[in-house]
Amino acid sequence: MLDADFFRRWMTATAASVDREAENLTALDSPIGDADHGSNLQRGFTAVTAALEKEQPQTPGAVLILAGRQLISTVGGASGPLYGTLLRRTGKALGDAAEVGAEQLAQALRTGVDAVMALGGAAPGDATMLDALVPAVEALGDGFAAAATAAREGAVATTPMQARKGRASYLGERSIGHQDPGATSSALLVEALVEASDE
Amino acid sequence: MSEAKEGRPVGIVLVSHSAQVAASVAELAQKLAGGGTDVPVAPAGGTEGGELGTSAELIAAAAASVDRGAGVAVLTDLGSAVLTVKALLAEGDELPENTRLVDAPFVEGAVAAVVTAATGADLAAVEAAAADAYSYRKV
Repeated sequence: MLDADFFRRWMTATAASVDREAENLTALDSPIGDADHGSNLQRGFTAVTAALEKEQPQTPGAVLILAGRQLISTVGGASGPLYGTLLRRTGKALGDAAEVGAEQLAQALRTGVDAVMALGGAAPGDATMLDALVPAVEALGDGFAAAATAAREGAVATTPMQARKGRASYLGERSIGHQDPGATSSALLVEALVEASDE
Repeated sequence: MSEAKEGRPVGIVLVSHSAQVAASVAELAQKLAGGGTDVPVAPAGGTEGGELGTSAELIAAAAASVDRGAGVAVLTDLGSAVLTVKALLAEGDELPENTRLVDAPFVEGAVAAVVTAATGADLAAVEAAAADAYSYRKV
């Protein structure tokens, strides 16, 4: 079973990973976006870590709802409301249970991913975070490692795609040949599940 | 065009990635509405740190500042401005009751919204006027 501590470790592992990869994310965002994905997410997850320490939420759902709220407030770019909605809706779907099972987390994440789809109006194949998240949620039944692999492969698979959402979509065919920064950061989020469960 | 309840004006919030764009469009719309109107208009541009971007806090504060009980129409420019307002609306308690994200071109929509609100129109009429600005072709 996964308790609030696991979800805190998931968020802090994501924050550490975003810190490590911030320059890489921003480099991916330079040719097709506004070159701020790494620094925006870094600011957001730094706020998440600080808020979790200060407020000490006691349930898995409360951890994710607080984290999502921080991202919406502090990121400053489109990844704020998108990741914020993902975590908040996932947290809400978990309800106020003190511990949740892997299957429950998979279902809740699916609710969160659906909410991201509704908010941004994107679908898999549009070269967005959904290209990492959707396959990850589908693979989650086989464990966190399988989900992480699916997310990483999904992120890499955005390279030949033409972006249909966000700033990159203005580039039309010139967006082809670039790995999507949002799908890449989504892979970091899913990979952090593995790190959180190793402890 | 229906009258707003008790003569209270609809509030208008203008959300841009740039503080200057939001403030200038607010000024432009108010001047074109004849200046001196009692339509509350608030810009919410850039991040709290003065950078380009979108701030949920600035948007929530702007919406609260223009709310007179007749509803608030929010107009946005691009990407994260749209998504942040939608996310705030989904939270349920972040924006005043009867706040709407209006689907409209930013500058033209803002002018149409403020001019319409200045006639005492209700939120639905303000929203319709702003959205109608999409149909005004320039060529």
